[in-house]
This record gives sequence, structure tokens and C-alpha cells, in this order.
Amino acid sequence: MSGLERGSVAVVGAAESDLGQVAPDTSIVDLMAQATMRALDDCGLKLSDIDAVLSATTQSRYAPMLLAEYLRIKPKFLDGTFIGGSSFMSHVAHAHAAIQLGICEVAVIAYGSTQRTVSRAMASAREYNPFETPYRPFLPASAYALAAARHMHEFGTTREQLAEVAVAARKWALMNPVAWEKEPLTIEQVLNARMVSYPFTVRDCCLVTDGGGAIILTSAARARTLKKKPAYVLGVGEAWGHTTISNMPNLTVTAAAESGPKAFRMAGLKPSDVNMLSLYDAFTITPILFLEDLGFCPKGEGGRFVADGAIAPGGKLAVNTSGGGLSYCHPGMYGLLVMIEAVRQVRGECGVRQVEGCGVALAHGNGGVLSSQCTVIFGSEATL
Amino acid sequence: MTPSLKERSPLSVYLEHCRKGELAYQVCTDDNTPVFFPRAVSPVTGSGNLEWRVSKGLGTVHSTTVVYYKNEAPLNVALIDLDEGFRMMSRVEDIDPMQVRIGMRVKVRMHPGNEKQPPYAVFTPAEDAR
Repeated sequence: MSGLERGSVAVVGAAESDLGQVAPDTSIVDLMAQATMRALDDCGLKLSDIDAVLSATTQSRYAPMLLAEYLRIKPKFLDGTFIGGSSFMSHVAHAHAAIQLGICEVAVIAYGSTQRTVSRAMASAREYNPFETPYRPFLPASAYALAAARHMHEFGTTREQLAEVAVAARKWALMNPVAWEKEPLTIEQVLNARMVSYPFTVRDCCLVTDGGGAIILTSAARARTLKKKPAYVLGVGEAWGHTTISNMPNLTVTAAAESGPKAFRMAGLKPSDVNMLSLYDAFTITPILFLEDLGFCPKGEGGRFVADGAIAPGGKLAVNTSGGGLSYCHPGMYGLLVMIEAVRQVRGECGVRQVEGCGVALAHGNGGVLSSQCTVIFGSEATL
Repeated sequence: MTPSLKERSPLSVYLEHCRKGELAYQVCTDDNTPVFFPRAVSPVTGSGNLEWRVSKGLGTVHSTTVVYYKNEAPLNVALIDLDEGFRMMSRVEDIDPMQVRIGMRVKVRMHPGNEKQPPYAVFTPAEDAR
């Protein structure tokens, strides 16, 4: 038992900050604050209602404290858990616990990054590892490339199947007005793009953009009094596998194989109950691994599962309808935006890319080099 | 007993071996498990009974990638499973980096490093070494 009660907490407000490329000297906290106010507007709560602040960023060690200072909030609960791009799913679990226990009532989870403006090297300093750095892997890409190469070796996954993930993301992105990428993309273009770390070309790799977002969580009881339909937290699962790629126990099985079942257990649901998936697509191999590890296809079948446009608009399973980190936005740590799209799908707010009858959406976060895995399942009122 | 960290660190012992041309690893003598990267405390058992050993330097490529840095020749990065039962990151040299294959047998060679970088273990193809 996780101790968290299914559906006792809900996301009531969700918003992006400005995305893509922001003005010079914009700070990460400017973006967090902008997104926080937009998320408050979304649900009709006020700044003074917020009594918990959760955040993580590569550009400061003090993310939640910076936001509290900026907005002069005096939080009862602060959480700066940093486990890479899945930090924000972890924050949902921690906010859920804090709200359920009565430690706080209204929590904001916020993120901001100016990595495009200040450069990736400035935004995310690499830590020296005497057992990896001398070999000059291009991290994080090379770590995911090692997993992809092993997946290709063990299961016959092809570069074309990897490219399918990028092409599907691009098709969704063309339906999202705020997506970074605006032009169509073909499998051939992915395969023939500049090689970064074999088998990945630059089109197998996520974007490098600025951006951020915020979500507001509160108790289910309070959520029902607010202006938008709540996206209830039905299930959460956190899991860790390793920290460095040399220490990943099995390159083709991630800890999503633990976080997924935990979230499904709490939600009392199974993969076939899920209408839409928001999977952290740092690289084209990651949705393939997560579809397998979360139980949407057998281990090794992910490449064949995504073939023939199966996860693109009109395919058999709606995955990354925003356009994903590959084509919509990837501001360094993408996990919060992964959840925002899932929340919007559950609320039925996605316009032309809306998945019909989307009662249950699964958001899966990935941090480090396939290291920390965290799954959140959101559901509409009807799923309670 | 956890060893003292006042005189020598696990990394410094490892690098001393590298300077002698040796690829060193540890074995936890409590459960006979090979340990790599070098540690002061054995994983799982928590034991300080870590014995240094020198690897025969033979292994198999577990996975491989080729990194394309701007204005540089393509660079191999690989994960190598050593025959003694531990895995490390390294690269395979003396071969076109795109020709490095998963399952390929390889043998260690100590790269001398330079003034900034201590010596480090790389590998070369050793198809006859079964």
C-alpha cells in the first residue's frame, strides 16, 4: 500500500509559461511565476491560497525557495526533490501526501528553464565522473543511445521504428499551436539528419528550448468548488533504477516496470483502461521502453508497436498529443509539461488533438539517464 | 570495519593500479561479489571487506555507440562486461568505431592519459580471446 488515497487530491489548475525562446535575461523564476499566475487563473484560486511550493531546476539549487521569495509566499510545505525530469511527478506524490495529511491545502508545482537562451552547458553543468567522463560520452544522449543499441541487438528494433516515434510526435505537434516545430517530418529526414550518438540523429533527440509550467493541486473536496473540471490523481508510483548508465542493471528494462504497476495498483486500473499516454520522450527510444515497461506491449515489442503510425494522430494509441519533448517543447526537464498535457486531455481541453472520451490519462516521467521513473495516472470525475 | 578514508581513497588506489597498467576491481569477500566502481563500502552487504584484484582484462562489448563531436573523428563509447563479472564504460580502439559490435571480445589497454587526465582503461578487439 502506498498510503495515498486514490482520487483524494486533484490538479485544479495547469498552465505553461512562455515557451520556446524567451527574452534575454529572463530568469527561471520569472517563468515559474508567470506559469503559477496562469495556473491560478485557470482554477480561480489566488496567490494567497497557495501554502505549498514544490519545484526543481538545473539552474538553481533552491528552486522552491526562489519561487516563494519571488511571490512572497510563506509556504507551510516546501519540496525541492531533484531527480531529473521526473522530479515533478515525484512532487505530485509528495504534495498528495502533504495535502492528504493536512500539512497544506493548496500546492503549486512549478518549473522554469532558460536553457536555450543561456546554452545547455550553462543551464546544466555536467558532474565529473572518473569512470565515465574520460570516455567523453555525449550525455545524456549517449547513455540513451547505449540503451537503444542494446534494444536493437536484443529485439531487432530498427532505426526506422525509432524514427516513427519522432514522426508521430511531429504530427501531433502540428496540431498544437504552441509547439516549437512547425514543419512536417518524414522517417527519411530523421534517418538522414546529423548523427549525434549512433543510433540517434539530432531528430531522435529532444529539443533544446526555454520554457516552464505550473500545476495547482488541492483536495478533491476543494477541487469540486473551483471553476474547472478537476483531474484527479488516481495513482502515483515512484521508482529508481540506477544513476549512471554504466550501473543500469538491464539496459532494456527501466524502473518504469516498477513505477507503472505501483500507480496502476493505487488507481485500481490496468493499461487497457488508459485513453491517452504522455510519456517522457527525451529520445526516440524512451516511449518505446515505457510502452513496454508500463504494460502496453510485451517487452521487446515496443519498436514494432509504434510502427505504421500507431502512436500518431489516428493511430491505435494516443501518445504525446502535445508533440512531446521531440517536437513541442523540451526545456531541460520536461516532466511538468508531460503532466500538463495529460491534465488537459482529462479535462477535454485539447481542441483538434483532443482524444475523444479521455477519462484516464497516464503521465510518465523519466529522470537522469533512464534512472528515476515516476508514473502519475489522472482521471476525470467519472473515473472516481 | 569500514576502512579509514584519511589516508587513501578507493579512487586513488584504482588510479595507482592504472599507472602500473593494471585494471583493478574489488571483490566483497563477505559474499564473493565483484564490485565496480571502486568503493569504501560494499554495496548490499555494507561490508568494508573489499579486496582489490587485478582483472585479466578480457571482456565482451555489452553495448556501443558512436559520438559525433563537431570537427572531430567519430568516437566510440561502449559498455564492457569484464570476464570477472563487472561492467564498465570504456571505448574500443584500433577499429572503425561503427564496426564495434555487441558481443565482440575485447582486451584492455591502458591509455596513458595526460597532465590533466590520469591513465584510463580502453579496449582493443580480441576476437581470438574466448
